[in-house]
Amino acid sequence: MKCDYACGTAEHGTSRRQFLGGLATGVGALTLGGSDSWIPVAAAEQLKQSQKRILTFFLHGGVSQLESWDPKPNTIWGGPFRSIATSVPDIRISELLPFTAQQMHHLALVRGINTKNSGHGPGQIQMTTGRNPMGAEQPHLGAVAAKALTPPSFSLPGHILIKGGGNSGGPAAYLGPRFAAVTLEDGKAPQHSQLPETVSGEAETRRQEFRRSANDRFAGRRRTADTDAYTLSFDQARDLMARRDVFDASKEPAREQERYGQSEFGQHCLLARRLLEEGVPFVQVNHSNYDTHYENFDYHLEQLGEFDRPFATLVNDLHERGLLADTLIVVMSEMGRTPRINPRYGRDHWGTAWSVCLGGAKVARGAVVGKTSSDGMSVVDREVDHGHLFHTYLQAVGVDTKQEFVIGGRKFPIADPAKGPIAELLA
Amino acid sequence: MNEEPQKANDDKKPPAPAAPESGETAEVKADPGKTHVVATWKYERPLTACRFDPLGRFVFVGAEDYTVQRFDMKDGKLTPLLGHESWCRAIGFSPDGKTTFTGGYDGRLLWWQTDADSPTPLRAIAAHNGWIRALAVSPDGQLIATCGNDQLVKVWNAADGSAIHTLTGHESHVYNVAFHPDGQSLVSCDHRAIFRHWNLSDGKELRTFSAPALYKYDDKFRAHIGGARSLAFSGDGKLLAAGGTTNVTNALGGILECAAASIDWESGKLKLLHVTKEKNRGTIWGLAWHPDGYWIGMSGGRNALLVFWKPDQAEEFAKFAMPEIGRDFALHPDGLQAAVAMAESQVRICRLTAKTA
Repeated sequence: MKCDYACGTAEHGTSRRQFLGGLATGVGALTLGGSDSWIPVAAAEQLKQSQKRILTFFLHGGVSQLESWDPKPNTIWGGPFRSIATSVPDIRISELLPFTAQQMHHLALVRGINTKNSGHGPGQIQMTTGRNPMGAEQPHLGAVAAKALTPPSFSLPGHILIKGGGNSGGPAAYLGPRFAAVTLEDGKAPQHSQLPETVSGEAETRRQEFRRSANDRFAGRRRTADTDAYTLSFDQARDLMARRDVFDASKEPAREQERYGQSEFGQHCLLARRLLEEGVPFVQVNHSNYDTHYENFDYHLEQLGEFDRPFATLVNDLHERGLLADTLIVVMSEMGRTPRINPRYGRDHWGTAWSVCLGGAKVARGAVVGKTSSDGMSVVDREVDHGHLFHTYLQAVGVDTKQEFVIGGRKFPIADPAKGPIAELLA
Repeated sequence: MNEEPQKANDDKKPPAPAAPESGETAEVKADPGKTHVVATWKYERPLTACRFDPLGRFVFVGAEDYTVQRFDMKDGKLTPLLGHESWCRAIGFSPDGKTTFTGGYDGRLLWWQTDADSPTPLRAIAAHNGWIRALAVSPDGQLIATCGNDQLVKVWNAADGSAIHTLTGHESHVYNVAFHPDGQSLVSCDHRAIFRHWNLSDGKELRTFSAPALYKYDDKFRAHIGGARSLAFSGDGKLLAAGGTTNVTNALGGILECAAASIDWESGKLKLLHVTKEKNRGTIWGLAWHPDGYWIGMSGGRNALLVFWKPDQAEEFAKFAMPEIGRDFALHPDGLQAAVAMAESQVRICRLTAKTA
């Protein structure tokens, strides 16, 4: 049924196709303010075939760049760990990541990040929104990705957070709650996604028929974008309940579970793979915690020891299953850690010179952009910040970050207009 | 006291005074309440470990530049021991003092001539996959025990470096190891504060026990914290003490309190948890049994605090604080001196006696 909105607005803003700059020329002219359902069938098929996805790992607390992507062994603040060779000649990473080192040819490093911030909250906002935390709330990368990449009639949430410690959240801000994160607490299916035992299947069917009847009657006279959103959310919830197994990593074969290991993070990586294979456009996996003011080296040994193998397994699986070309992977934190080792064997907060690892999609494999000084205290080549990274992430999956969202008649730049992508990272 | 050490082979500087205060005799008895600093010897990098050799001639320290440094107790003369490729936090000696053993975070165990003018490794073996966290030498000097992040305890022939036992069973990093004074067995303790008692004759595990007060899983940060950061037997072998932390409220932020668990060796049960009267945010990095019958612990976290505990009292009967942050502690074989390795790139030599005029 065609929607004649009572309020006369086109709440949906820019269509998904419009953001996908790489596909725009292939599917003809774009329509501002159109509904996703207007995408021609041929274009929808094309989109499905090249479904883009983003997978982020958020290492909460601030992983140490010196114990991960930018090791400096036997320097004044290098700490006790050594560096190891990787599958890319001339790239060495910390010995704490031996499995990841074997996947380096699928990955790239940004070693010259200066976010000019050393706080958890501001850093998290910077790294997930590409903006500094001032003024109105900005949408999380996951919300932007969900808005831009979710296929038409997709029945699962487009923005999923697999939370193993760390913060919840993933605000959609002006994009609307449809694109906010659906959180899988401890990797479990969304809350209330199972029919209560006291409600029989027959009763549920009758309830839904009554709801539809009432909705249709109301929509015939007072249909609005809001009522459509309500209807959609009910339909999505029912679809989600019907596909609840998608969120259950234990449904994977025992051999797969063994490959990922029985740690919480390992199972969360397996769940992430399952969700990506179902086409979920944005999945974030939290890993906690790296805020190691005390005994930094022992805790990085523990945490990265847990991170390394499942992460590397997932990177390789995405490659072998043909998904890596369309899936951006990012390993980020809210900041790095001080090169200076404090008296308690800790490293403190440091946003002045640190690193991010990324790969897949259009990211140039095996690239290293940026360089820090020999003592790790400053960026000495190709300094970038969260704004540049945000552009890069989205452009790596084909989103034209120079576009704007149009919400309620207002224009919102997708990414910080003052910044641009790290061009040399985009193949 | 001269505050600066003399560098090896630097004959241009006058020798610094010896650490012991002049006029004191060997009959002087330790008086913990009178503890004071008699020397501060600096190095150019933060320190990670310290030990006196059995003859009391030297104090060896590990440093963050992968070196071990030897300070001569007579004059503070400094001699480097170059050989490790990472930090060293494990130092031991043959009972006659002739040979020094060092274990590094590079997984290597090195042999040195203790008093060599220009020490070079006499032997090097790849002992562990990952860090060697601690080593111990058997009372008869024939065996060396090492432990590390590969969750293994290994026993070596001190004379030739050959492997005697590889002891398996720990399920987390092994933090410390100690020989029982009777020389018949060995105890090790891991990250989860699980102790394993090993028979040296056949390498079999005799029993396990734990000290839950020294371990916590921090739900918020999903991190394990605990284990014996220091380990020592009483002189008669009836007590085993493990130093570490307790009452952890924020593992990664170091919001915790120092403590030492005193364990009845025969039963393997906790006898007493030694703590401080005023809560001290630190870790007992070093622990020793004093021949006069009490424990000395060194808590490092907010300062370097020497704590003196009688075996039957939970709280200390004496303490001595230094403003720097301690990372290791050693008791001199004379029982009258102690060394504390500091994060602030220096080792402080303390005397456990009254000051002399």
